[in-house]
Amino acid sequence: MITLLEARGVGKRFGGLTALADVSLTIRQGEVYGLIGPNGAGKTTFFNVLTGAYVPEDGEFVFEGSPLPQGKPHQVVAAGIARTFQNIRLFRELSALENVMCGHHIRTQAGVWGILTQSRQAREEERLTTERAFELLTYVGIERFADTVAKNLSYGDQRRLEIARALATEPRLLALDEPAAGMNATETGRLKSLIEQIRHDGVTVLLIEHDVKLVMGLCDRVAVLDFGKKIAEDVPAVVQQNPAVISAYLGGGKHGH
Amino acid sequence: MDILLQQIVNGLVVGSVYALIALGYTMVYGILGLINFAHGEVLMIGALTALQTLGVLERIAPDLGPLAQLAIALGVAVPVCMTLGFLMERLAYRRLRNAPRLAPLITAIGVSFLLQTVAMILWGRNYHTFPQLIPTTPLEPVSGVFITPVQITIVVVSALMMAGLLVLVNRTRLGRAMRATAENHRVASLMGVDVNAIIGATFVIGAGLAAVAGVMFASNYGIAHYAMGFLPGLKAFTAAVLGGIGNLGGAMLGGIVLGLVESLGAGYIEHLSFGFLNSSYQDIFAFIILGLVLIFRPTGLLGERVSDRA
Repeated sequence: MITLLEARGVGKRFGGLTALADVSLTIRQGEVYGLIGPNGAGKTTFFNVLTGAYVPEDGEFVFEGSPLPQGKPHQVVAAGIARTFQNIRLFRELSALENVMCGHHIRTQAGVWGILTQSRQAREEERLTTERAFELLTYVGIERFADTVAKNLSYGDQRRLEIARALATEPRLLALDEPAAGMNATETGRLKSLIEQIRHDGVTVLLIEHDVKLVMGLCDRVAVLDFGKKIAEDVPAVVQQNPAVISAYLGGGKHGH
Repeated sequence: MDILLQQIVNGLVVGSVYALIALGYTMVYGILGLINFAHGEVLMIGALTALQTLGVLERIAPDLGPLAQLAIALGVAVPVCMTLGFLMERLAYRRLRNAPRLAPLITAIGVSFLLQTVAMILWGRNYHTFPQLIPTTPLEPVSGVFITPVQITIVVVSALMMAGLLVLVNRTRLGRAMRATAENHRVASLMGVDVNAIIGATFVIGAGLAAVAGVMFASNYGIAHYAMGFLPGLKAFTAAVLGGIGNLGGAMLGGIVLGLVESLGAGYIEHLSFGFLNSSYQDIFAFIILGLVLIFRPTGLLGERVSDRA
Protein backbone atom coordinates (compact mmCIF):
# COMPACT_ATOMS: atom_id res chain seq x y z
CA MET A 1 0.00 0.00 0.00
CA ILE A 2 1.30 3.43 -0.89
CA THR A 3 1.41 6.04 1.85
CA LEU A 4 -0.49 9.20 0.90
CA LEU A 5 -0.25 11.28 4.06
CA GLU A 6 1.97 10.92 7.07
CA ALA A 7 1.61 12.98 10.23
CA ARG A 8 4.89 13.01 12.13
CA GLY A 9 4.71 13.92 15.79
CA VAL A 10 2.27 16.78 15.29
CA GLY A 11 1.73 18.96 18.35
CA LYS A 12 -0.47 22.03 18.80
CA ARG A 13 -0.98 24.08 21.95
CA PHE A 14 -3.33 26.97 22.68
CA GLY A 15 -1.80 28.80 25.62
CA GLY A 16 -1.66 26.20 28.36
CA LEU A 17 -4.02 23.81 26.60
CA THR A 18 -2.45 20.99 24.64
CA ALA A 19 -4.85 20.30 21.79
CA LEU A 20 -2.61 17.82 19.99
CA ALA A 21 0.38 16.01 21.44
CA ASP A 22 2.81 14.05 19.31
CA VAL A 23 0.19 12.70 16.91
CA SER A 24 1.62 10.42 14.25
CA LEU A 25 -0.46 8.53 11.76
CA THR A 26 -0.29 7.22 8.25
CA ILE A 27 -3.05 7.34 5.67
CA ARG A 28 -2.72 4.99 2.72
CA GLN A 29 -3.76 5.79 -0.76
CA GLY A 30 -7.28 4.71 -1.61
CA GLU A 31 -8.57 4.03 1.87
CA VAL A 32 -11.25 5.63 3.99
CA TYR A 33 -9.52 6.57 7.21
CA GLY A 34 -11.60 7.44 10.24
CA LEU A 35 -10.59 9.84 12.98
CA ILE A 36 -12.76 9.50 16.04
CA GLY A 37 -12.69 10.49 19.67
CA PRO A 38 -14.79 12.19 22.34
CA ASN A 39 -15.73 15.86 22.01
CA GLY A 40 -12.72 18.08 22.48
CA ALA A 41 -10.28 15.29 21.70
CA GLY A 42 -8.54 17.39 19.06
CA LYS A 43 -10.06 16.00 15.87
CA THR A 44 -11.00 19.34 14.34
CA THR A 45 -7.72 20.86 15.52
CA PHE A 46 -6.01 18.08 13.61
CA PHE A 47 -7.94 19.12 10.49
CA ASN A 48 -7.06 22.75 11.02
CA VAL A 49 -3.38 22.01 11.39
CA LEU A 50 -3.43 19.65 8.43
CA THR A 51 -5.11 22.17 6.13
CA GLY A 52 -2.78 24.99 7.15
CA ALA A 53 -5.33 27.03 9.10
CA TYR A 54 -3.15 26.65 12.23
CA VAL A 55 0.61 26.33 12.44
CA PRO A 56 1.65 23.39 14.63
CA GLU A 57 4.36 23.86 17.28
CA ASP A 58 5.84 20.42 16.66
CA GLY A 59 5.99 17.93 13.86
CA GLU A 60 5.02 18.04 10.24
CA PHE A 61 2.88 16.47 7.57
CA VAL A 62 4.33 14.64 4.61
CA PHE A 63 1.97 14.39 1.67
CA GLU A 64 2.89 12.29 -1.35
CA GLY A 65 6.50 12.35 -0.21
CA SER A 66 6.94 16.09 0.34
CA PRO A 67 6.30 18.18 3.46
CA LEU A 68 3.14 20.29 3.40
CA PRO A 69 3.52 24.07 3.70
CA GLN A 70 2.45 25.22 7.15
CA GLY A 71 0.04 28.10 7.72
CA LYS A 72 -0.69 28.53 3.99
CA PRO A 73 -4.10 26.99 3.40
CA HIS A 74 -4.32 27.66 -0.32
CA GLN A 75 -1.00 25.94 -0.93
CA VAL A 76 -2.22 22.91 0.97
CA VAL A 77 -5.24 22.87 -1.33
CA ALA A 78 -2.91 23.17 -4.31
CA ALA A 79 -0.95 20.18 -3.00
CA GLY A 80 -4.15 18.15 -3.14
CA ILE A 81 -5.97 18.24 0.20
CA ALA A 82 -9.51 19.60 0.44
CA ARG A 83 -11.87 19.73 3.38
CA THR A 84 -15.41 20.32 4.48
CA PHE A 85 -16.49 21.86 7.77
CA GLN A 86 -18.23 20.58 10.87
CA ASN A 87 -20.49 23.65 10.91
CA ILE A 88 -21.22 24.38 7.27
CA ARG A 89 -19.10 27.18 5.78
CA LEU A 90 -20.40 27.82 2.32
CA PHE A 91 -20.18 31.13 0.53
CA ARG A 92 -23.75 31.87 1.51
CA GLU A 93 -24.43 34.69 -0.94
CA LEU A 94 -23.06 32.82 -3.95
CA SER A 95 -25.09 30.34 -5.99
CA ALA A 96 -24.44 26.62 -5.61
CA LEU A 97 -22.73 26.59 -9.00
CA GLU A 98 -20.52 29.55 -8.07
CA ASN A 99 -19.54 27.89 -4.80
CA VAL A 100 -18.26 24.88 -6.72
CA MET A 101 -16.58 27.12 -9.31
CA CYS A 102 -14.73 28.83 -6.46
CA GLY A 103 -13.36 25.47 -5.43
CA HIS A 104 -11.92 25.14 -8.91
CA HIS A 105 -10.10 28.49 -8.59
CA ILE A 106 -6.79 26.88 -7.65
CA ARG A 107 -6.82 24.68 -10.77
CA THR A 108 -7.19 27.60 -13.17
CA GLN A 109 -4.68 30.23 -14.18
CA ALA A 110 -6.31 33.16 -15.95
CA GLY A 111 -4.68 36.31 -14.59
CA VAL A 112 -6.06 39.81 -14.23
CA TRP A 113 -4.89 40.72 -17.70
CA GLY A 114 -6.42 37.70 -19.42
CA ILE A 115 -9.68 38.30 -17.58
CA LEU A 116 -9.81 42.01 -18.36
CA THR A 117 -9.14 41.40 -22.03
CA GLN A 118 -11.33 38.30 -22.04
CA SER A 119 -8.60 36.34 -23.80
CA ARG A 120 -9.57 33.15 -25.58
CA GLN A 121 -7.72 31.16 -22.93
CA ALA A 122 -9.59 32.85 -20.07
CA ARG A 123 -12.96 32.29 -21.72
CA GLU A 124 -12.17 28.65 -22.47
CA GLU A 125 -11.03 28.12 -18.88
CA GLU A 126 -14.21 29.69 -17.54
CA ARG A 127 -16.32 27.49 -19.80
CA LEU A 128 -14.54 24.35 -18.57
CA THR A 129 -14.87 25.48 -14.94
CA THR A 130 -18.62 25.94 -15.38
CA GLU A 131 -18.95 22.56 -17.07
CA ARG A 132 -16.92 20.81 -14.38
CA ALA A 133 -18.86 22.51 -11.59
CA PHE A 134 -22.11 21.36 -13.11
CA GLU A 135 -20.79 17.80 -13.34
CA LEU A 136 -19.86 17.89 -9.68
CA LEU A 137 -23.29 19.18 -8.66
CA THR A 138 -24.74 16.25 -10.62
CA TYR A 139 -22.25 13.92 -8.92
CA VAL A 140 -23.50 14.86 -5.46
CA GLY A 141 -27.08 15.00 -6.73
CA ILE A 142 -28.03 18.66 -6.42
CA GLU A 143 -27.68 19.89 -10.01
CA ARG A 144 -31.26 21.16 -10.02
CA PHE A 145 -30.24 23.78 -7.45
CA ALA A 146 -27.30 25.09 -9.48
CA ASP A 147 -28.59 28.67 -9.52
CA THR A 148 -29.96 28.68 -5.97
CA VAL A 149 -28.14 30.91 -3.53
CA ALA A 150 -26.31 28.60 -1.12
CA LYS A 151 -27.98 29.89 2.03
CA ASN A 152 -31.39 28.87 0.66
CA LEU A 153 -30.46 25.21 0.22
CA SER A 154 -31.70 22.62 2.68
CA TYR A 155 -29.27 21.48 5.34
CA GLY A 156 -28.52 18.13 3.70
CA ASP A 157 -28.01 19.78 0.32
CA GLN A 158 -25.65 22.32 1.87
CA ARG A 159 -23.55 19.44 3.15
CA ARG A 160 -23.51 17.90 -0.31
CA LEU A 161 -22.58 21.24 -1.83
CA GLU A 162 -19.62 21.48 0.55
CA ILE A 163 -18.43 18.11 -0.68
CA ALA A 164 -18.85 19.18 -4.32
CA ARG A 165 -16.94 22.39 -3.65
CA ALA A 166 -14.12 20.44 -2.01
CA LEU A 167 -14.02 17.97 -4.91
CA ALA A 168 -13.73 20.88 -7.35
CA THR A 169 -10.25 21.53 -5.99
CA GLU A 170 -9.32 18.13 -7.48
CA PRO A 171 -7.99 16.70 -4.21
CA ARG A 172 -6.05 13.48 -3.70
CA LEU A 173 -7.23 13.50 -0.09
CA LEU A 174 -10.70 14.63 0.93
CA ALA A 175 -11.05 15.50 4.60
CA LEU A 176 -14.65 15.42 5.82
CA ASP A 177 -15.38 16.97 9.23
CA GLU A 178 -18.49 15.29 10.63
CA PRO A 179 -20.37 15.13 7.34
CA ALA A 180 -23.27 13.21 8.88
CA ALA A 181 -23.86 15.66 11.74
CA GLY A 182 -27.53 16.54 11.94
CA MET A 183 -28.57 14.08 9.23
CA ASN A 184 -31.37 11.54 9.57
CA ALA A 185 -30.90 7.84 8.79
CA THR A 186 -31.93 8.14 5.12
CA GLU A 187 -29.62 11.09 4.50
CA THR A 188 -26.77 9.30 6.28
CA GLY A 189 -27.34 6.28 4.07
CA ARG A 190 -27.09 8.42 0.93
CA LEU A 191 -23.98 10.11 2.33
CA LYS A 192 -22.41 6.71 2.88
CA SER A 193 -22.91 5.70 -0.74
CA LEU A 194 -21.56 9.08 -1.87
CA ILE A 195 -18.38 8.61 0.16
CA GLU A 196 -18.01 5.08 -1.18
CA GLN A 197 -18.40 6.44 -4.70
CA ILE A 198 -15.75 9.10 -4.04
CA ARG A 199 -13.32 6.49 -2.81
CA HIS A 200 -14.15 4.30 -5.78
CA ASP A 201 -13.27 7.22 -8.05
CA GLY A 202 -9.77 7.36 -6.62
CA VAL A 203 -9.92 9.97 -3.87
CA THR A 204 -8.64 8.96 -0.44
CA VAL A 205 -10.99 10.02 2.37
CA LEU A 206 -10.17 11.17 5.88
CA LEU A 207 -13.31 11.19 7.96
CA ILE A 208 -14.09 12.71 11.33
CA GLU A 209 -17.37 11.32 12.51
CA HIS A 210 -19.39 10.69 15.63
CA ASP A 211 -21.82 8.28 14.03
CA VAL A 212 -20.14 5.05 15.12
CA LYS A 213 -22.20 2.90 12.79
CA LEU A 214 -21.15 5.02 9.81
CA VAL A 215 -17.50 4.95 10.82
CA MET A 216 -17.45 1.22 11.40
CA GLY A 217 -19.29 0.50 8.17
CA LEU A 218 -17.24 2.81 5.99
CA CYS A 219 -13.68 3.05 7.26
CA ASP A 220 -10.83 0.74 6.42
CA ARG A 221 -8.85 1.92 9.42
CA VAL A 222 -9.60 4.15 12.36
CA ALA A 223 -7.48 6.27 14.69
CA VAL A 224 -8.79 7.35 18.06
CA LEU A 225 -7.82 10.63 19.68
CA ASP A 226 -8.31 11.39 23.34
CA PHE A 227 -7.06 14.58 25.01
CA GLY A 228 -4.96 15.30 21.93
CA LYS A 229 -3.18 11.95 21.96
CA LYS A 230 -3.62 9.04 19.62
CA ILE A 231 -4.68 6.13 21.80
CA ALA A 232 -5.41 3.57 19.08
CA GLU A 233 -5.10 2.94 15.36
CA ASP A 234 -6.34 -0.19 13.62
CA VAL A 235 -9.18 -1.71 11.65
CA PRO A 236 -12.58 -0.80 13.13
CA ALA A 237 -13.33 -4.22 14.60
CA VAL A 238 -10.11 -4.20 16.63
CA VAL A 239 -10.41 -0.58 17.72
CA GLN A 240 -13.93 -1.25 18.99
CA GLN A 241 -12.55 -3.85 21.42
CA ASN A 242 -9.65 -1.68 22.64
CA PRO A 243 -10.03 -1.06 26.40
CA ALA A 244 -8.43 2.41 26.20
CA VAL A 245 -10.96 3.41 23.55
CA ILE A 246 -13.87 2.07 25.52
CA SER A 247 -12.77 3.93 28.63
CA ALA A 248 -12.23 7.14 26.67
CA TYR A 249 -15.75 6.98 25.29
CA LEU A 250 -17.51 5.71 28.37
CA GLY A 251 -15.50 7.74 30.88
CA GLY A 252 -13.79 6.35 33.93
CA GLY A 253 -10.33 4.82 33.53
CA LYS A 254 -7.20 6.83 34.04
CA HIS A 255 -8.78 10.23 33.36
CA GLY A 256 -11.22 9.66 36.18
CA HIS A 257 -14.47 11.06 34.82
CA MET B 1 -36.62 74.58 -16.85
CA ASP B 2 -33.29 75.19 -18.57
CA ILE B 3 -31.62 75.55 -15.23
CA LEU B 4 -33.11 72.29 -14.05
CA LEU B 5 -31.96 70.37 -17.14
CA GLN B 6 -28.56 71.99 -17.06
CA GLN B 7 -28.08 71.10 -13.42
CA ILE B 8 -29.14 67.52 -14.10
CA VAL B 9 -26.52 67.29 -16.85
CA ASN B 10 -23.86 68.73 -14.56
CA GLY B 11 -24.95 66.42 -11.78
CA LEU B 12 -24.64 63.34 -13.96
CA VAL B 13 -21.13 64.35 -14.97
CA VAL B 14 -19.88 64.97 -11.44
CA GLY B 15 -21.87 62.01 -10.18
CA SER B 16 -20.23 59.57 -12.55
CA VAL B 17 -16.80 60.65 -11.32
CA TYR B 18 -17.96 60.21 -7.71
CA ALA B 19 -19.33 56.80 -8.63
CA LEU B 20 -16.02 55.73 -10.13
CA ILE B 21 -14.14 56.75 -6.99
CA ALA B 22 -16.81 55.33 -4.69
CA LEU B 23 -16.32 51.91 -6.24
CA GLY B 24 -12.78 51.84 -4.88
CA TYR B 25 -14.01 52.59 -1.35
CA THR B 26 -16.78 50.07 -1.52
CA MET B 27 -14.70 47.23 -3.00
CA VAL B 28 -12.08 47.56 -0.29
CA TYR B 29 -14.73 47.83 2.39
CA GLY B 30 -16.55 44.79 1.02
CA ILE B 31 -13.48 42.63 1.18
CA LEU B 32 -11.66 43.98 4.26
CA GLY B 33 -14.18 46.00 6.23
CA LEU B 34 -11.72 48.90 5.94
CA ILE B 35 -12.47 52.46 4.89
CA ASN B 36 -9.41 53.34 2.85
CA PHE B 37 -9.31 57.08 3.46
CA ALA B 38 -6.18 57.33 1.31
CA HIS B 39 -8.25 56.45 -1.75
CA GLY B 40 -8.84 60.09 -2.68
CA GLU B 41 -5.08 60.62 -2.73
CA VAL B 42 -4.74 57.91 -5.36
CA LEU B 43 -6.93 60.08 -7.59
CA MET B 44 -4.62 63.03 -6.94
CA ILE B 45 -1.48 61.00 -7.72
CA GLY B 46 -3.18 59.81 -10.90
CA ALA B 47 -3.94 63.34 -12.06
CA LEU B 48 -0.48 64.69 -11.20
CA THR B 49 1.29 61.71 -12.79
CA ALA B 50 -0.72 62.30 -15.95
CA LEU B 51 0.18 65.99 -15.81
CA GLN B 52 3.86 65.15 -15.45
CA THR B 53 3.65 62.71 -18.35
CA LEU B 54 2.00 65.35 -20.53
CA GLY B 55 4.80 67.77 -19.65
CA VAL B 56 7.43 65.25 -20.70
CA LEU B 57 5.53 64.43 -23.89
CA GLU B 58 5.42 68.07 -24.83
CA ARG B 59 9.20 68.18 -24.75
CA ILE B 60 10.02 64.89 -26.46
CA ALA B 61 7.09 64.48 -28.89
CA PRO B 62 5.44 67.84 -29.45
CA ASP B 63 3.70 66.69 -32.63
CA LEU B 64 1.51 64.09 -30.94
CA GLY B 65 -2.25 64.54 -31.28
CA PRO B 66 -4.21 65.42 -28.13
CA LEU B 67 -5.97 62.06 -27.92
CA ALA B 68 -2.70 60.16 -28.23
CA GLN B 69 -1.24 62.36 -25.52
CA LEU B 70 -4.16 61.65 -23.25
CA ALA B 71 -3.94 57.92 -23.94
CA ILE B 72 -0.23 57.88 -23.07
CA ALA B 73 -0.84 59.95 -19.94
CA LEU B 74 -3.49 57.47 -18.84
CA GLY B 75 -1.19 54.63 -19.82
CA VAL B 76 1.35 55.95 -17.32
CA ALA B 77 -1.00 57.17 -14.58
CA VAL B 78 -3.07 53.99 -14.31
CA PRO B 79 -0.15 51.58 -13.74
CA VAL B 80 1.48 54.06 -11.34
CA CYS B 81 -1.69 54.24 -9.27
CA MET B 82 -2.21 50.49 -9.44
CA THR B 83 1.30 50.01 -8.05
CA LEU B 84 0.54 52.58 -5.39
CA GLY B 85 -2.66 50.75 -4.43
CA PHE B 86 -0.79 47.47 -4.25
CA LEU B 87 1.96 48.95 -2.10
CA MET B 88 -0.52 50.62 0.24
CA GLU B 89 -2.14 47.29 0.99
CA ARG B 90 1.10 45.39 1.13
CA LEU B 91 3.04 47.79 3.34
CA ALA B 92 0.41 49.49 5.47
CA TYR B 93 -2.78 47.46 5.73
CA ARG B 94 -1.81 43.81 5.42
CA ARG B 95 0.02 43.62 8.70
CA LEU B 96 -2.99 45.20 10.42
CA ARG B 97 -5.49 42.79 8.97
CA ASN B 98 -6.21 41.16 12.31
CA ALA B 99 -5.83 44.31 14.38
CA PRO B 100 -8.84 46.10 15.89
CA ARG B 101 -10.71 48.06 13.23
CA LEU B 102 -9.58 51.45 14.47
CA ALA B 103 -5.91 50.71 13.76
CA PRO B 104 -6.17 50.31 9.97
CA LEU B 105 -8.58 53.26 9.85
CA ILE B 106 -6.11 55.59 11.53
CA THR B 107 -3.38 54.14 9.34
CA ALA B 108 -5.45 54.98 6.27
CA ILE B 109 -5.68 58.58 7.39
CA GLY B 110 -1.93 58.52 7.96
CA VAL B 111 -1.32 57.16 4.47
CA SER B 112 -3.51 59.94 3.13
CA PHE B 113 -1.38 62.63 4.83
CA LEU B 114 1.77 60.90 3.71
CA LEU B 115 0.73 60.84 0.06
CA GLN B 116 -0.38 64.47 0.16
CA THR B 117 2.93 65.52 1.65
CA VAL B 118 4.95 63.50 -0.84
CA ALA B 119 2.93 65.03 -3.67
CA MET B 120 3.50 68.49 -2.21
CA ILE B 121 7.25 67.88 -2.16
CA LEU B 122 7.27 66.51 -5.70
CA TRP B 123 4.89 68.94 -7.36
CA GLY B 124 4.90 71.91 -5.04
CA ARG B 125 2.01 73.69 -3.38
CA ASN B 126 0.82 75.52 -6.46
CA TYR B 127 -2.20 74.86 -8.57
CA HIS B 128 -1.14 73.49 -11.96
CA THR B 129 -3.04 74.04 -15.15
CA PHE B 130 -4.13 70.70 -16.51
CA PRO B 131 -4.14 70.80 -20.31
CA GLN B 132 -7.61 70.37 -21.72
CA LEU B 133 -6.95 67.89 -24.46
CA ILE B 134 -10.54 67.07 -25.18
CA PRO B 135 -12.38 70.10 -26.59
CA THR B 136 -14.21 72.16 -24.01
CA THR B 137 -16.34 74.14 -26.41
CA PRO B 138 -19.87 73.53 -25.18
CA LEU B 139 -22.40 71.85 -27.41
CA GLU B 140 -26.03 72.78 -27.12
CA PRO B 141 -28.14 69.67 -27.78
CA VAL B 142 -31.25 71.28 -26.29
CA SER B 143 -31.56 75.02 -26.41
CA GLY B 144 -30.24 76.53 -23.22
CA VAL B 145 -28.55 73.32 -22.05
CA PHE B 146 -24.81 73.05 -22.57
CA ILE B 147 -22.54 70.05 -22.40
CA THR B 148 -18.87 69.91 -23.33
CA PRO B 149 -17.15 67.01 -25.11
CA VAL B 150 -15.07 66.50 -21.95
CA GLN B 151 -18.23 65.99 -19.96
CA ILE B 152 -19.62 63.55 -22.51
CA THR B 153 -16.34 61.64 -22.40
CA ILE B 154 -16.50 61.50 -18.60
CA VAL B 155 -19.99 60.05 -18.57
CA VAL B 156 -19.24 57.52 -21.31
CA VAL B 157 -15.89 56.38 -19.89
CA SER B 158 -17.34 56.03 -16.39
CA ALA B 159 -20.28 54.02 -17.66
CA LEU B 160 -17.98 51.71 -19.61
CA MET B 161 -15.66 51.17 -16.67
CA MET B 162 -18.50 50.47 -14.29
CA ALA B 163 -20.06 47.98 -16.71
CA GLY B 164 -16.67 46.33 -17.08
CA LEU B 165 -16.27 46.09 -13.33
CA LEU B 166 -19.71 44.50 -12.91
CA VAL B 167 -18.85 41.89 -15.52
CA LEU B 168 -15.50 41.30 -13.86
CA VAL B 169 -17.00 40.81 -10.42
CA ASN B 170 -20.03 38.77 -11.42
CA ARG B 171 -18.82 36.73 -14.34
CA THR B 172 -15.14 35.92 -13.96
CA ARG B 173 -12.83 33.72 -11.95
CA LEU B 174 -11.23 36.70 -10.24
CA GLY B 175 -14.56 38.30 -9.34
CA ARG B 176 -15.89 35.06 -7.94
CA ALA B 177 -12.81 34.71 -5.76
CA MET B 178 -13.29 38.32 -4.65
CA ARG B 179 -16.88 37.68 -3.61
CA ALA B 180 -15.86 34.47 -1.84
CA THR B 181 -13.08 36.29 -0.01
CA ALA B 182 -15.44 39.12 0.93
CA GLU B 183 -17.73 36.60 2.54
CA ASN B 184 -15.12 34.70 4.48
CA HIS B 185 -11.33 34.96 4.21
CA ARG B 186 -10.60 31.78 6.09
CA VAL B 187 -12.94 29.57 4.17
CA ALA B 188 -11.86 31.07 0.86
CA SER B 189 -8.24 30.26 1.61
CA LEU B 190 -9.15 26.75 2.76
CA MET B 191 -10.87 26.31 -0.60
CA GLY B 192 -7.71 27.22 -2.45
CA VAL B 193 -8.13 30.96 -2.98
CA ASP B 194 -4.95 32.94 -2.38
CA VAL B 195 -6.61 35.56 -0.22
CA ASN B 196 -3.63 37.92 -0.17
CA ALA B 197 -3.49 37.95 -3.96
CA ILE B 198 -7.22 38.63 -4.19
CA ILE B 199 -7.07 41.49 -1.69
CA GLY B 200 -4.09 42.89 -3.57
CA ALA B 201 -6.05 42.69 -6.83
CA THR B 202 -8.96 44.52 -5.21
CA PHE B 203 -6.73 47.44 -4.23
CA VAL B 204 -5.12 47.45 -7.67
CA ILE B 205 -8.45 47.57 -9.51
CA GLY B 206 -9.85 50.26 -7.21
CA ALA B 207 -6.70 52.34 -7.69
CA GLY B 208 -6.92 51.94 -11.45
CA LEU B 209 -10.47 53.31 -11.42
CA ALA B 210 -9.36 56.20 -9.21
CA ALA B 211 -6.52 57.04 -11.61
CA VAL B 212 -8.95 57.32 -14.50
CA ALA B 213 -11.30 59.37 -12.34
CA GLY B 214 -8.43 61.66 -11.38
CA VAL B 215 -7.43 62.35 -14.98
CA MET B 216 -11.04 63.03 -15.94
CA PHE B 217 -11.57 65.25 -12.92
CA ALA B 218 -8.48 67.30 -13.74
CA SER B 219 -9.45 67.49 -17.42
CA ASN B 220 -12.89 68.75 -16.53
CA TYR B 221 -11.74 71.53 -14.20
CA GLY B 222 -8.39 72.15 -15.92
CA ILE B 223 -6.60 72.15 -12.57
CA ALA B 224 -4.43 69.73 -10.63
CA HIS B 225 -2.72 70.13 -7.25
CA TYR B 226 -1.52 68.13 -4.30
CA ALA B 227 -4.70 68.46 -2.22
CA MET B 228 -7.21 67.89 -5.03
CA GLY B 229 -7.99 64.35 -3.88
CA PHE B 230 -9.35 65.29 -0.49
CA LEU B 231 -12.77 66.66 -1.31
CA PRO B 232 -13.75 64.26 -4.12
CA GLY B 233 -12.45 61.44 -1.94
CA LEU B 234 -14.65 62.46 0.95
CA LYS B 235 -17.64 62.94 -1.34
CA ALA B 236 -17.12 59.59 -3.00
CA PHE B 237 -16.98 58.06 0.47
CA THR B 238 -20.31 59.76 1.14
CA ALA B 239 -21.63 58.32 -2.12
CA ALA B 240 -20.50 54.83 -1.11
CA VAL B 241 -22.22 55.17 2.28
CA LEU B 242 -25.31 56.60 0.64
CA GLY B 243 -25.60 53.65 -1.73
CA GLY B 244 -24.75 51.10 0.95
CA ILE B 245 -21.07 50.56 1.53
CA GLY B 246 -19.77 47.22 0.34
CA ASN B 247 -22.35 47.16 -2.43
CA LEU B 248 -21.10 47.85 -5.97
CA GLY B 249 -24.45 48.86 -7.42
CA GLY B 250 -24.93 51.05 -4.37
CA ALA B 251 -21.69 52.92 -5.00
CA MET B 252 -22.76 53.70 -8.55
CA LEU B 253 -26.24 54.77 -7.54
CA GLY B 254 -24.91 56.74 -4.58
CA GLY B 255 -22.42 58.57 -6.80
CA ILE B 256 -25.06 59.61 -9.32
CA VAL B 257 -27.59 60.61 -6.66
CA LEU B 258 -24.99 62.62 -4.78
CA GLY B 259 -23.88 64.36 -7.98
CA LEU B 260 -27.47 65.27 -8.80
CA VAL B 261 -28.32 66.50 -5.32
CA GLU B 262 -25.17 68.57 -5.18
CA SER B 263 -25.64 70.14 -8.56
CA LEU B 264 -29.35 70.82 -8.14
CA GLY B 265 -28.61 72.17 -4.68
CA ALA B 266 -25.96 74.47 -6.08
CA GLY B 267 -28.41 75.65 -8.72
CA TYR B 268 -31.15 76.50 -6.29
CA ILE B 269 -29.34 77.28 -3.05
CA GLU B 270 -29.75 81.01 -3.53
CA HIS B 271 -33.51 80.66 -3.82
CA LEU B 272 -33.66 78.17 -0.99
CA SER B 273 -31.72 80.37 1.39
CA PHE B 274 -33.37 83.62 0.20
CA GLY B 275 -30.09 84.87 -1.21
CA PHE B 276 -28.16 84.26 2.01
CA LEU B 277 -25.96 81.49 0.53
CA ASN B 278 -24.63 81.13 -3.00
CA SER B 279 -23.44 78.21 -5.13
CA SER B 280 -19.96 78.20 -3.58
CA TYR B 281 -21.62 76.49 -0.63
CA GLN B 282 -22.53 73.47 -2.78
CA ASP B 283 -20.24 71.20 -0.76
CA ILE B 284 -22.54 71.29 2.23
CA PHE B 285 -25.06 69.06 0.47
CA ALA B 286 -22.76 66.05 0.39
CA PHE B 287 -22.17 66.29 4.11
CA ILE B 288 -25.79 66.94 4.99
CA ILE B 289 -26.56 63.76 3.09
CA LEU B 290 -23.79 61.86 4.86
CA GLY B 291 -25.17 62.96 8.22
CA LEU B 292 -28.76 62.09 7.34
CA VAL B 293 -27.87 58.68 5.93
CA LEU B 294 -25.77 57.77 8.94
CA ILE B 295 -28.57 58.78 11.29
CA PHE B 296 -31.60 57.39 9.49
CA ARG B 297 -30.37 54.67 7.19
CA PRO B 298 -26.83 53.58 8.06
CA THR B 299 -27.01 50.64 5.66
CA GLY B 300 -27.58 53.01 2.74
CA LEU B 301 -30.06 52.95 -0.13
CA LEU B 302 -29.35 49.43 -1.33
CA GLY B 303 -28.22 48.02 2.00
CA GLU B 304 -24.82 46.96 3.19
CA ARG B 305 -23.50 43.60 2.11
CA VAL B 306 -23.91 41.77 5.36
CA SER B 307 -21.88 38.64 5.65
CA ASP B 308 -21.28 36.67 8.78
CA ARG B 309 -17.59 36.28 9.23
CA ALA B 310 -16.33 33.20 10.99
